[in-house]
Amino acid sequence: MAARAPTRLRSGSVPAHAPTREDLDRLAGYPHVVVSWIDDDGYPTSVACGFEVDAEGGTVTLAPTAEPIPTDREISVMGSHIRPQPGVGYDERRYLQLWGTLTAGRTLAPARAWGWDENEVPFFEYSERSVPQSRKYLAELSEEKGRPIRPRLSPFWLALRTTRLPFLSATAVPVLLGIAVAAHHGFFTWWTALLTLVGGSFAHLAINVTNDIFDTLSGADEANTTPTQFSGGSRVAVYDLVTIRGLAALALGLFGAAAAIGLALVAITGSMLLLWIGVAGIVVGVAYTAPPLKLVYRGLGELAVALGFGPIMLLGAYVVQADRLAWEPFVVSLVPGILIALILYVNEIPDRRSDASAGKRTLPVRFGPDVIRTGYLVGAVAAFAVILGGVLAGLMPWPTLIALAALPLAVRVHRGLRTHYDSPYTLMAVMGQNVNLNLVVGGLLLAAYVVTIVGSAVVS
Amino acid sequence: MGWLPEPVERLLEVALVGELTVIGPHGRPITHPLIPLYDGERIYLHSSTLFSRKLEHIKRNPRVSLALTDPVAMKGNPDRATIQGTARVIEDDPHTDWERLILEMWRRKEPAIDDFLKVRVALPLFFERAVIEVRPERCRYWPAGRTDQPAVETRAPGTEAA
Repeated sequence: MAARAPTRLRSGSVPAHAPTREDLDRLAGYPHVVVSWIDDDGYPTSVACGFEVDAEGGTVTLAPTAEPIPTDREISVMGSHIRPQPGVGYDERRYLQLWGTLTAGRTLAPARAWGWDENEVPFFEYSERSVPQSRKYLAELSEEKGRPIRPRLSPFWLALRTTRLPFLSATAVPVLLGIAVAAHHGFFTWWTALLTLVGGSFAHLAINVTNDIFDTLSGADEANTTPTQFSGGSRVAVYDLVTIRGLAALALGLFGAAAAIGLALVAITGSMLLLWIGVAGIVVGVAYTAPPLKLVYRGLGELAVALGFGPIMLLGAYVVQADRLAWEPFVVSLVPGILIALILYVNEIPDRRSDASAGKRTLPVRFGPDVIRTGYLVGAVAAFAVILGGVLAGLMPWPTLIALAALPLAVRVHRGLRTHYDSPYTLMAVMGQNVNLNLVVGGLLLAAYVVTIVGSAVVS
Repeated sequence: MGWLPEPVERLLEVALVGELTVIGPHGRPITHPLIPLYDGERIYLHSSTLFSRKLEHIKRNPRVSLALTDPVAMKGNPDRATIQGTARVIEDDPHTDWERLILEMWRRKEPAIDDFLKVRVALPLFFERAVIEVRPERCRYWPAGRTDQPAVETRAPGTEAA
């Protein structure tokens, strides 16, 4: 029996291993085993029976069965467990199979083992580890059938997944805030505001798709076996739902749409300032993952995101309306800039191992949990300090102080990072709270500006 | 219609898990716990392309057996059975074939599958599936699960042992 003791059972995508004492201890926990072999007619056959385990001696002894179990060929014993959930199905799936040759005394010294326990390797991780097997199977099936057989999704869900549409809230916050600050300053045209929102959204979706292309090509997404709804990319290329060529065409189309709207806004406003802000946005967005800069691979992703979703988005939206720069929108832009950078920062935590293997040296790859947790606190406090400082300096209207009410949400995320740092799936709730932090702060700032604008209108 | 003994059909109707054993590349028995479905004649099992090694094994050698052994997974029924047969993998369109062939039977045993289907977008490859259709040929049945007692053996009509 091998001395090596793996920390967990192997999944389907990992070869079977030499049994360990741990395997035998686990087998002892099953109420019976299913013994299987190939019978003389060439069919597999099985019989269930009781058993005893000698973990020290590395053997399994089978209880008597009326049917003789052969001793001249390889047999297997399997322990299998589920917990029925009436009206639902079942859970607590686990199984363990051991192979060896039975002695005359009905004792088996297993030579191979394989199994899965969903409490140790969650089903989603087990599935992700098995993606290469799915691709191999479908490729061989395509060859066998003489036609391409690929996985599919309905166009709506495929579009949603490929572009990561729900993340558009990150664009809505700075764009709407830029428009609100401009309105507060007396500049507002509804249709250019709407165009700005649409153009900014196209740019964001284009950057999402570009990011997926480069993370797929670098192997970072494929190496990630614990993606969540917030991390690990869209995975449409990893799953072969869309080809890299298809993604590239989509990214170009989205960039084209964003550029067309941006140029239209430049033509309408006649603002060269807007042109430069737009160019800066595209450059930062592409440089985020694309060579040669690959900012996120160098630990500069947060800075790029802070710039892109902070000053660039918010000032861009402001300039469309006001055709000038001002300190107030710049100060306000720091808030979503920091908070959206913190979304990336936290979402990189579960990806850190696969990112490291693909050479993507993000901040959670470079620094340990304590530094990352402290970094989160510093960033969140800085965002709230900007609001307080902006109001005290007379740059932001006092109702914006209402956004400080979201501070407990940031504290909750920080606490969650302490508890769930090493568990991608339980960290998901924390990642969700962190996304909500940006939405709540952005929403409260927006509401404060609306109140200020309405208040000013009423007074005047 | 089918020829399986009625007590075995009862096991198939309720079993949430059965142990499907296939023949691996080196002639080794490889067992997979799967949810068995039964239409009164054939037994149906199914597999995502994610976990498709069993399908490769069956395509190489279609002889299989299905053991029904766990009372916990069979609503407390202590009986046990092993059914041997020949399997066929249905995989012309892994995106839709299985829905047409077995979804109705699957949801009767595992109603939660409809909730998973609603969020197909979250795990698209899980729902790319092939169906394993088993034609039973030989059945051994152990009343009360007493495998220390000789099994009651039945064979498909026309395949009785000489």
